[in-house]
Amino acid sequence: MIRLIARPAPSRFWLWATPVLAVLATMVAGAVLFAALGTDPLEALKVIFWDPLLGANAGYFRGQLLIKAGPLMLIAAGLAVGFRAGIWNIGAEGQYIVGAICGAAVGLAVYPAESVLIFPAMVVAGALGGWAWGMIPALLKNRFGASEILVSLMLVYVAQNLLAWAAFGPLKNPAGFGFPGSRNLQQYPSAHNGELIAGSGLHWGGVAALAALVGTYVLMSRHIAGFRIQVAGDAPKAARFAGVAPARLVAFCLGLSGALAGLAGMFEVAGPSGQITDAFGAGYGFTAIIVAFLGRLNPIGILLAGLLMALTYIGGDMAQLMLRLPAAAIQVFQGMLLFFLLGFDLLTNYQVRFGGRVGA
Amino acid sequence: MSANEPPLLLRVEGLSKAYPGVLANDAVSLSVAPGQVHALLGENGAGKSTLVKMIYGLVRPDTGQMALHGASYAPADPHAARAAGVAMVFQHFSLFEALSVAENVALGMEDPPPLRQLAARIRAVSDAYGLPLDPGRIVGDLSAGERQRVEIIRCLLQDPKLLIMDEPTSVLTPQEVEILFATLRQLAAEGTAILYISHKLEEIRRLCDRATILRGGRVVGECDPREKSAHELAELMVGAELKLTDRAGRHAGEVVLVVAGLNLAPSSAFGPSLKDLGFTLRRGEVLGIGGVAGNGQEELLAALSGERPTSRGSVTLKGEDISALGPNPRRARGLLAAPEERLGHAAAPDMSLTENAILTGTMRRPLTHRGFIDRRAARAFAREIIAAFDVRTPGPHVAARALSGGNLQKFVIGREVLQAPEVLVVNQPTWGVDAAAAAAIRQALLDLAAGGAGVIVISQDLDELMEISDQFSALNEGRLSQPRSTTGLTLQEIGLSLGGAHGMKVAEAVT
Repeated sequence: MIRLIARPAPSRFWLWATPVLAVLATMVAGAVLFAALGTDPLEALKVIFWDPLLGANAGYFRGQLLIKAGPLMLIAAGLAVGFRAGIWNIGAEGQYIVGAICGAAVGLAVYPAESVLIFPAMVVAGALGGWAWGMIPALLKNRFGASEILVSLMLVYVAQNLLAWAAFGPLKNPAGFGFPGSRNLQQYPSAHNGELIAGSGLHWGGVAALAALVGTYVLMSRHIAGFRIQVAGDAPKAARFAGVAPARLVAFCLGLSGALAGLAGMFEVAGPSGQITDAFGAGYGFTAIIVAFLGRLNPIGILLAGLLMALTYIGGDMAQLMLRLPAAAIQVFQGMLLFFLLGFDLLTNYQVRFGGRVGA
Repeated sequence: MSANEPPLLLRVEGLSKAYPGVLANDAVSLSVAPGQVHALLGENGAGKSTLVKMIYGLVRPDTGQMALHGASYAPADPHAARAAGVAMVFQHFSLFEALSVAENVALGMEDPPPLRQLAARIRAVSDAYGLPLDPGRIVGDLSAGERQRVEIIRCLLQDPKLLIMDEPTSVLTPQEVEILFATLRQLAAEGTAILYISHKLEEIRRLCDRATILRGGRVVGECDPREKSAHELAELMVGAELKLTDRAGRHAGEVVLVVAGLNLAPSSAFGPSLKDLGFTLRRGEVLGIGGVAGNGQEELLAALSGERPTSRGSVTLKGEDISALGPNPRRARGLLAAPEERLGHAAAPDMSLTENAILTGTMRRPLTHRGFIDRRAARAFAREIIAAFDVRTPGPHVAARALSGGNLQKFVIGREVLQAPEVLVVNQPTWGVDAAAAAAIRQALLDLAAGGAGVIVISQDLDELMEISDQFSALNEGRLSQPRSTTGLTLQEIGLSLGGAHGMKVAEAVT
């Protein structure tokens, strides 16, 4: 018989050991999945985890790593603050898309003017767009008690339709021979979010991600406001007693995570992606949820988890290309990571005993 | 009487139970005769709960034996205990508020009969034992006393030989206590033995014919509680001399807090609303607000602490209207509060004592600099509370939930008292707290008032209110009675003002 015994206090060891264990378990289960699909499992794991870092063309892929990890970390930093307060923004993908649309729209509106003010204006527009999209669930929750989980998630689909409309309509490239999609911002110097160090993959989005991680770290572990956010998640009644106004907390958390997700979208559209197309949303907003939890809602953890998830993105692309694995297999692989993480999380709060007496 | 040596119902011999770090029960022996009302007395952590949990099959003893009706008795789980005729009413009710009485009873039974039959049986039992209860009512609409009856009737339907009751009167009005005692006496007369856990020594002296006193997991004495005074029993329990509360040195000064026309909507679907409350509090004065929890006590605390703002002009502190201010601005102005629910409201369970000191301490103590937390100052403040209020804990790094109820309560009260409030509002300051800790808390509140602060004590322990308060007022169904001076007020008068509006059959119990 397997028995679970509640720990007097959460185990600090397992708090950090479970993500590692979850990654290992995902590799094992992934290997079984790949084998069932008729691929050599060791080869698949090597392509996903090893080749992008240390394989033959690793030089190119290492740059990709920061490009993918940047938006994940930037979004996850904001989500983690809300998750600690028990406010569940599941719609970062939508805020990411709206941030990108707003940022790109500002740049495209003044095309082809050249000014150093254009890019900062796009940054502000992107953040505001994401913030506004995040404030919709916040307002509905505060006004009518609507679940922010459902509202933020459903707004993702609204954002996706907004994106398609923008790509086929107002933001369509007038010189694009009727093809959907906006002008390419990479060819518009004032709006282009280029690499800061050639070949590193680091653009302003990566810098913003690091700044966001440092900022949320200081907020959550040093400042009284972060302390109150933490209390709100642990013991809502105690938080109210400590002077936290629940409505303001909801607005702050959804606004912050929305703004950071919007920024991530803006940096992406002005940089690696370059244009608004109907396929712009790549799921960063959803993957960032996994990153936030894999990183234990802790900024340093999010940094590591962001890099790891970026690796599975790049490795997954390569596995699709070289091993002909279906795209869905890679998504299942990423999903398993969250599944195992949440499962193993039991170990932080419970001890597992095999056999033995009842009531020991 | 025990003169003719009646056959024993339950015999416990050398029962021991160790938990990591503590010996909860150390060779505990006791025996209970049929029809005996046997009190189990002891401070928090004395091992009373562990002992009854072993008897009820929730915890298995490490060593020792039990015998029921002379036969060996070792229940593997509560099912086995119930099958053997042992039933237990817990301090915290396990009832579903949205279900009816009959449905709740059915949920606790091994194989319940159809609801209509069950309802008839509930009626029969409730009539037979003088416990008025309508099986069709929704539990959420019941008073605490009526809820307890649901639990008791659930037990009585199993026809128990031994009924264990854990702190049964802590939520009852004096009249409800009378009804309960009448029922228990009737049960005892029919031969059911009752194992009765309580802190309330006067009640034990009135109800019980035998008492076993536990301290530190060991039996330290047995006596007939009717032959001892409450003070003697308390000293047996604590194992030391107890000081009587010192009320000296207080003078009613200027008015510091005025509440007028205070209305507030209920905080939950089953709570009452506050209706036109009003009172004045002077410096140096202790205002006791009596009444059973759930009659607006929580709402009143929230309205005073600032958790729920109220209409303009309803709360005035030192001449300033603070009705619209939140908890922190009120703290800054000198109005502090300690809510009833220790874990989850007054303190965050998973956070350390240092962090819990930060929770309310930043407004009046320099624990932050420009919003950044000064951990060292916070730790020092937590240590100061621990030392000044004798909080038993390894240190300020310990999580709040790891403390016993009494120790956490001392910490919570200490945290507010050490911030030198001008008005302190406390709700149920000694609920579930052992005698020594309760005495220390009451003395701290009196000392605070002697120092010139106004103190409001909301409590359902009327003995406590009579002991420390100068003015008394009853809060019942959201209405507050006119405050009266406690000198010359009798417990019976208070009891009637509390229970009268409860819509219960009071008259038949009060003789």
